[in-house]
Amino acid sequence: MSFKHEIFEKNPIILLVGILITVAIGGLVEIAPLFYLENTIEEVEGMRPYTPLELAGRNIYIREGCYNCHSQMIRSTRDEVERYGHYSLAAESMYDHPFQWGSKRTGPDIARVGNKYSDEWHREHMKDPRAVVPESVMPGYPFLAENDLQFNTIQADLQANRMVGVPYTDDQIAFAEADLKAQLDEDSDDYDAFMERYPTAQVRDFDGDPNKISELDALIAYMQMLGTLVDFSIYNAQENNR
Amino acid sequence: MTNLSSPPTVSGLAKGLTALGLGVGAVLALFIVANTTSTPMALHGYIMIAAFVLGIVAVMNLGFNSNGVMAHEPSPSGVFYNNNVVKAGVIASTFWGVVGFLAGDIIAWQLAFPALNFDLPWTNFGRLRPLHTSAVIFAFGGNVLIATSFYVVQRTSKARLAGEIAPWFVFWGYQLFIVLAATGYLLGVTQSKEYAEPEWYVDIWLTIVWVTYLLVFLGTLWRRRESHIYVANWFYLAFIVTIAMLHLVNNMAMPISFVEPKSYILFSGVQDALTQWWYGHNAVGFFLTAGFLGIMYYFVPKRAERPVYSYRLSIVHFWSLIFLYIWAGPHHLHYTALPDWAQTLGMTFSIILWMPSWGGMINGLMTLSGAWDKLRTDPVLKMLVVSVAFYGMSTFEGPLMSIKAVNGLSHYTDWTVGHVHSGALGWVAYVSFGALYCLFPWLWKRKGLYSLKLVNLHFWISTVGIVLYITSMWVSGIMQGLMWRAYDSLGFLEYSFVETVEAMHPYYIIRATGGLLFVLGSLIMVYNLWKTARGEGEAHPVTAAAPAE
Repeated sequence: MSFKHEIFEKNPIILLVGILITVAIGGLVEIAPLFYLENTIEEVEGMRPYTPLELAGRNIYIREGCYNCHSQMIRSTRDEVERYGHYSLAAESMYDHPFQWGSKRTGPDIARVGNKYSDEWHREHMKDPRAVVPESVMPGYPFLAENDLQFNTIQADLQANRMVGVPYTDDQIAFAEADLKAQLDEDSDDYDAFMERYPTAQVRDFDGDPNKISELDALIAYMQMLGTLVDFSIYNAQENNR
Repeated sequence: MTNLSSPPTVSGLAKGLTALGLGVGAVLALFIVANTTSTPMALHGYIMIAAFVLGIVAVMNLGFNSNGVMAHEPSPSGVFYNNNVVKAGVIASTFWGVVGFLAGDIIAWQLAFPALNFDLPWTNFGRLRPLHTSAVIFAFGGNVLIATSFYVVQRTSKARLAGEIAPWFVFWGYQLFIVLAATGYLLGVTQSKEYAEPEWYVDIWLTIVWVTYLLVFLGTLWRRRESHIYVANWFYLAFIVTIAMLHLVNNMAMPISFVEPKSYILFSGVQDALTQWWYGHNAVGFFLTAGFLGIMYYFVPKRAERPVYSYRLSIVHFWSLIFLYIWAGPHHLHYTALPDWAQTLGMTFSIILWMPSWGGMINGLMTLSGAWDKLRTDPVLKMLVVSVAFYGMSTFEGPLMSIKAVNGLSHYTDWTVGHVHSGALGWVAYVSFGALYCLFPWLWKRKGLYSLKLVNLHFWISTVGIVLYITSMWVSGIMQGLMWRAYDSLGFLEYSFVETVEAMHPYYIIRATGGLLFVLGSLIMVYNLWKTARGEGEAHPVTAAAPAE
């Protein structure tokens, strides 16, 4: 054999280049096609970007590390579909920067937790999980109801999302703060404009305290919309067979 | 290039440029403090200012009293090895190891007794779990890798580390990264990508430190006085450069402002998921495997005083391992919305990966040919060998769990957690402990360790801990997986989710007890190493008291 491994053993730079080429191949072959193969993400009706309040809630979900124990990815197996609902579609996390599929179910999957429980259940559960589920091992989060939601950067949040590809409109960005407040109050003046921008959003006071915009408001708003955007009674899986 | 016969010096220009760089950093941090609306970001700004100012003071005082000549110890072979940065590295490794193990055991008890979360933001499981994983992987493992690689590359190249300031910048810069990451988690600053939780500004800082690390390593190889680059250094180099690639791609993000901690990751959904697990699995493959294989390829032969079993096998092991590992990521996403072809591809390569993994294990174990008797007398070698055995076990279990049908059961359960810990405790921690037990006497010029009996005690107490840990997680993981998919005679799901949680309770207690034993073992090690460094050792006649230099 004319090739000698010696060349790598005597030249640090050649060794370095050899390593780089070797480790680049797998990632290129596996990841790159996901960006150009059209059938990676189905076209599904109903998907929309998060409302400002939901996005703020999602950021609290991330901040508290909920993803450490809750997945948001229902696998395509019989028991999962029967336990949690229709298996998760790629499209359902297309606006998720980053994704929240999770890797461990110390608690149940919550990809479709939206509208499964009442707001009041969530309030009690967040305050003291064992008050509603005695066997639960979840930490309590009583401070969420007490903390005022910080949304001074919400416009910048939407803007940054648009820069990474979420199709927020100019209006949605310009009125982000007003929209955040409007989602908490059906009687507000901004209600109609908000509903025009986010037609399927749920509007009400989520934390049970109309005088306060709390972190719990945002978190419950986020959880109540999870998995509710796609109407599976009209979804045709065959069209998107991958 | 270092002269063999003259002690190392540091130039005024290098000191000035470093101080300038750190000064720019301090000004940027001051700008952040002045403009941010985020309390954690302001705190991080203050920490950075303090670190950079201290750095400037330290750099300007380097070699101050001796006309630029650095502290040095000439070795028998006439090379002025940089031992001090390695000493700092092994001390930091030991410290962060105990912190990381303790954090892990605390959250293990939280799962058994949720009242231990105390319902406070900074003590809940969700924030402490990343603290544990980052502390053990990056703080403990990272410091072990940096320290051992700095030691090994000098000895196997017969050359002093490249640069005088640069290695210290890598060491202290890395500690700053750890502090920023850890305090960030407790204050809720995270981008929620597992094992890549730090936000954008901490990522940038780590990039600067890591590139310097690469340059120091390459520079040392460049000035080597051995004609061949030793096999351990291939693995270290692959670890350093691949981690740089993974870190950069997986952390690409858009900050909402240059003075706020929050950012949004560039990719979304399915693309982000695969990028994350391409990163995540290769954090295992290159941080926790390739790097630590570098340790194996130096310390096992050294301690056993035998040459590496097969040089040819080393070559095959190296290239096949680094080529195959990078493909394995999709096995974290079986039956999800990731396209099927990618799942199957990931599974296929994961199974093939079994072969180079066991090739490496065989190469490590067979190095003891003709020296197996040493296992009777040298508990440090025993620890190193058992680490390689655990490596073999978890690299068999991994491919098994990557098979879609098996993964359908194991995924989302404690089986995964048990698998990770058989690798992390059995392989990564044990091979690190073995290296630390070697390095303390070598670096502090002692005849041997303070007590081999305590090493033996450490070995057994932590082995019992590991066994309790992984067996309880096998049982709980497989049981929970089976309960989730159990059907009753009428065709309904038999168990509600919370019934499966309830069933976990006894196993969580067993696991946390195993973890406690592991923590105790590490404290025994700290005591032993402390006594060794202070020179209170009995002179042991066994094996490799000092490496041939």
